[in-house]
Amino acid sequence: MTTPNKPDQGLDLDALRARQETRGKERMWRGLEELADTQEHRAFLENEFPHDPGKEPGGVHRRDVLKWMAASAALAGLSGCTKLPEQEIVPYVKSPEEIIPGKPLYYATTFVHGGVGTGVLVESHMGRPTKIEGNPLHPGSLGATDIFAQASILDLYDPDRSQVVIHEGRISSWTAFLSQIADLRTNFAATRGAGLRILTETITSPSLAAQIQALLEEFPEARWHQWEPCSRDNAREGARVAFGRDVNTVYRLDKADVIVSLDSDFLYSGPGAVRYARDFAARRNAEGPGAKMNRLYVVEQGATTTGAMADHRLAMRASDIPGFAAALAEALDVQLPGIGSNGASPSGGFPTKWIAALANDLRSHQGRCVVIAGEQQPQQVHTIAHALNVDLGATGNTVIYTEAIGIRHTTEQPSIVDLHEDMANGKVQALLIVGANPVYGVGANPIRGESTRLDFTQSLLKVKFRVHLGPYDDETAELCHWHIPEAHYLESWGDARAYDGTVSLIQPLIAPLYEGKTASELFTALQGHADKSSYDLVREYWKSQWNDSFFDELWATSLHDGVIAGSALPPIPLKLESELTREHFLDVFPGFPRTPSAQNLEVVFRPDPTIYDGRYANNAWLQEAPKPITKLTWDNTAQMSPATAAKRGLSNGDVVQIVIRERSVDAPVWIVPGHADNSITLHLGYGRRRAGRVGTGIGFNVSTLQFAPWPWLAIEDWIPTGLKITKTGKAYPLAATQHHNIIDVNGHKEELESQNAFKRDLVRTGTLAEFKHNPKFAQEAGEAPASGLTLYPGHEYKGYSWGMAIDLNKCVGCGACVVACQAENNIAVVGKEQVMRGREMHWLRIDTYFRGDVETPETYFEPVPCMHCENAPCEAVCPVAATVHSPEGLNEMIYNRCVGTRYCSNNCPYKVRRFNFELYSDFATQSLKGLRNPNVTVRSRGVMEKCTYCVQRIQSAKIEAEKADRSVRDGDIVTACEAVCPAQAIVFGDINDKSSRVAKLKAGPRDYTLLAELNTRPRTSYLARLRNPNPLMPGEK
Amino acid sequence: MSQIFHRSTNTIARVSIYGAVFLLAAMGYAVYELSASPYITDVNIAKDQPVPFSHKHHVGELGLDCRYCHTAVETSSSAGMPPTQTCMTCHSQIWVNSPMLEPVRASYRDDKSIQWIRVNAVPDFVYFNHSIHVAKGVGCVTCHGPVGDMPLTWRANTLQMSWCLDCHNKPENFVRPREQVYSTRYAAPANQVEFGLQLVKEYKIQRLTNCTTCHR
Repeated sequence: MTTPNKPDQGLDLDALRARQETRGKERMWRGLEELADTQEHRAFLENEFPHDPGKEPGGVHRRDVLKWMAASAALAGLSGCTKLPEQEIVPYVKSPEEIIPGKPLYYATTFVHGGVGTGVLVESHMGRPTKIEGNPLHPGSLGATDIFAQASILDLYDPDRSQVVIHEGRISSWTAFLSQIADLRTNFAATRGAGLRILTETITSPSLAAQIQALLEEFPEARWHQWEPCSRDNAREGARVAFGRDVNTVYRLDKADVIVSLDSDFLYSGPGAVRYARDFAARRNAEGPGAKMNRLYVVEQGATTTGAMADHRLAMRASDIPGFAAALAEALDVQLPGIGSNGASPSGGFPTKWIAALANDLRSHQGRCVVIAGEQQPQQVHTIAHALNVDLGATGNTVIYTEAIGIRHTTEQPSIVDLHEDMANGKVQALLIVGANPVYGVGANPIRGESTRLDFTQSLLKVKFRVHLGPYDDETAELCHWHIPEAHYLESWGDARAYDGTVSLIQPLIAPLYEGKTASELFTALQGHADKSSYDLVREYWKSQWNDSFFDELWATSLHDGVIAGSALPPIPLKLESELTREHFLDVFPGFPRTPSAQNLEVVFRPDPTIYDGRYANNAWLQEAPKPITKLTWDNTAQMSPATAAKRGLSNGDVVQIVIRERSVDAPVWIVPGHADNSITLHLGYGRRRAGRVGTGIGFNVSTLQFAPWPWLAIEDWIPTGLKITKTGKAYPLAATQHHNIIDVNGHKEELESQNAFKRDLVRTGTLAEFKHNPKFAQEAGEAPASGLTLYPGHEYKGYSWGMAIDLNKCVGCGACVVACQAENNIAVVGKEQVMRGREMHWLRIDTYFRGDVETPETYFEPVPCMHCENAPCEAVCPVAATVHSPEGLNEMIYNRCVGTRYCSNNCPYKVRRFNFELYSDFATQSLKGLRNPNVTVRSRGVMEKCTYCVQRIQSAKIEAEKADRSVRDGDIVTACEAVCPAQAIVFGDINDKSSRVAKLKAGPRDYTLLAELNTRPRTSYLARLRNPNPLMPGEK
Repeated sequence: MSQIFHRSTNTIARVSIYGAVFLLAAMGYAVYELSASPYITDVNIAKDQPVPFSHKHHVGELGLDCRYCHTAVETSSSAGMPPTQTCMTCHSQIWVNSPMLEPVRASYRDDKSIQWIRVNAVPDFVYFNHSIHVAKGVGCVTCHGPVGDMPLTWRANTLQMSWCLDCHNKPENFVRPREQVYSTRYAAPANQVEFGLQLVKEYKIQRLTNCTTCHR
């Protein structure tokens, strides 16, 4: 969608501000287009199918369709005569223990992302895993997962996964590879491994690390490199400088009253994000005895979910944040060598009153506050954050330190540069690449100390023997002599450490679908023990560790629970290194902490919110999941603030050429309200050349612009970049869902012009003080008509009456619910072209609203599933009664009755109904058949669908309760979105049971429903969002 | 000028206009009858199976309980089909050389499943659950017919939606005491409706006719 532009000049900010004045400052807005009230936005609002030209891309005309419809209606009567095809029943020969056909089993295992494990429970139907749930016993999960773990089940069944061993482009076999490895062993035995290199991703697995360790003892001259595009080098180095040793930092947000994020998106990304979201949200509670709401300050560059949850947010360039951290230290009177009164002062430009109020708040919450530095911030910011935490008494309370979770961890960025250099110099004879995809991710780093650029590919090709173990035949596999398909984690044995060091075991749910091998099987082959399976290896390792006569019991318990009890690393008491010197702060950037010139533009690199560093590029669920805040799908963009875009005459979709050190990419612009000025965010992970059918060739690869030694930021003041941005004049279509399915509140214009119009906004919000003064502020609009104002007779619910409450105060907008719903309900993926037509199929969407100034808005999230209205407008218009009301209040959708008139979705004010315009479900691909939830119909073309409140889960809980001759208890039914929510923002249950959680929430003062004035009486209601601003902040009352 | 059409054409026209209505109705009736006929529904048609298993012999004559083979019927949506192992519990001892049982022995020997032809099937958009039905006093034979008298197994009822609704609307006409659920010889009492109503109350049987009870 285009943005409001001055003729030929890009975004017109003044016009937007003027319109905002007339609209009322308190009103929520969904985007710049809504503020500007553009024609295109109107179309989205008023037309049900705004991009539907009445003609399919294939050239089918509407009139032809009508003719066919007449013909098919005539034939439809005969469809009743269809004979069911003959089916076979294939029972077991010997029935395996525990499997009961029709009953799922759950096994605990571990999802590993960026080296860090999250415990999951996997639902398995007759041996096929279908759904990932969090493991309540695992400290990094507590029953929830992130978006990546939810989507990982799709990777297992991905038909593009690598399936066979490939040797120089031809299909080969594992046995053939083993004989090569045996030769390799003999050769390296003579040279003690000189020239043998192993490249892995970050590894926290104790058993795998021990195995590599043993390998390195056998071949002492060999070297082990660890590298990922999104390394945590800075966090690690920052802590090492502060404490003089490698440590792992764990935050205890449940104990924190005041949280400061220095460009950290800790609620969404990084180790422990799921747990942090839980602990953070639990402290957003304003009601109940002893509830004390926490306060979050976020200083950040991009617009992240963490920033959206902030009570006070400050947007600034990533390169300004080190200076800000130093200024905060100065305001707190924390002495840092070489900085502040001891040396260079952070040059001005920071809002001193803001910092003073923040410092004051921190000091008055001594021991109950925490400062969190962002993973991509320079190591000095981490060191400063540690120094502040020590000074503020956070250490031991809200921050604990443990031994590092990675074993013999190398700092990744120098490690890959070392490897690059050695390969270029011919020092590497054999390279084993395990899991990583450096050919895509490393891009073109310059070799240390040389000005000439050397391509990673060129260096790699100098290695005589190259082996790649990976899930896909990707860019790196292409250039290796051997490619071994890597087993998916649901096919593997292994182990991994969580964010706090807790070890959980990885156990397979299914035998490898293809010839997949694990990393440990590859290493054991290199050790000359190819006969050992990864099961033997993991088990042997833990046997040697526990040395316990009850080993078998311990092993069985650990497998069953998914975690090894008591394996969390103990806190270690640490003292700040007294030897901190000026050099510690100044050696990386010559000008540190000098803030760069305010006018200079920076380019910032970040992992993509849904496809991360590109490893999930072939996962269609993640590609189509709208990215938080921008709501973009299927692409990456150059993101910038409205002012930056206006200054350069850019609007959404304009393609710009970005040049850094003479390398360039062409990227479409996306304007993000709340983004820091003079800063451009580029997300990694796109522009894959060999990702698979889904991920190949979409977006642009920004890793080619990253350069060592510090890959996250390019700004002229610190390192010569030669940064240039030019408008190419081309436009690129982008599929953003932000303006799809907009709920039209503009119907009653005159009321909306009033000063109180904001009270009826779809997201209602107030401050904690306002809430204490007037708890029912969200219900004040009083727009709900008196009950009985309907032609239809009411219905009395004698038994169950299902309902849902969504606490906007807790929702962190991560989108895990969207993907969980997709996995549970067999929801199809439609592709970019169809998303642009507004045809995405997600039953649950997260609407994002903004409030306040275009440049510095507050951001609000609102998950919108079907409302299951009591007076459902959809039901009244269906000519074939394919959507009807159940005696328990559900708005049911009956696929086998639906004839596809789409009247229902036309009449739905909440726009939650989704229509299968095409045959979106993939009925053809064999491997995907294993993925489906057997309890949910796979919908075909021409059928309407929508959120069912996971009716299959309701029915199964009811049947179990009936069999036990009892009622369904509160908590027996957990919808997929509720189960996955890290923040526990969604609660489902029986409204008639007054003691149920949902009934209590709905009886609370913050409860309100959307569009209550329509008298639809929704069963999904919302709890108003509260903010907890610091009264001493400038601009606060 | 003589008339083009003979007077009799009037009659033909009248008959064909009115006749068309009857013809359409007749066609509709034919379609309805066809859809309910064994040709479509497979009712009363015994299917060829790899092994001519006789429920009549095993259940009716030897008195095996349904649950000896269909073990999941009380716990799961599926009643469960017996693994070859179940057959071999007896047939490793008796009729060990019977040529009729060769597929069973071969299955056990080669670790290959016997591929039975499904007799009772509902479409994929129907989510039927055995366990709740037996828990609420619906006898096996109520749906599956006189299994104890079937030398080869056939479908006894259409399993079409109207047939399901007969019971979902009026369960009192069909339910039996829980202890008689697996009986193939149980005879409904003369006062079934009265007795049924009593059971409906006692077992808290609901008249579930909303769509998502079966379709989701």
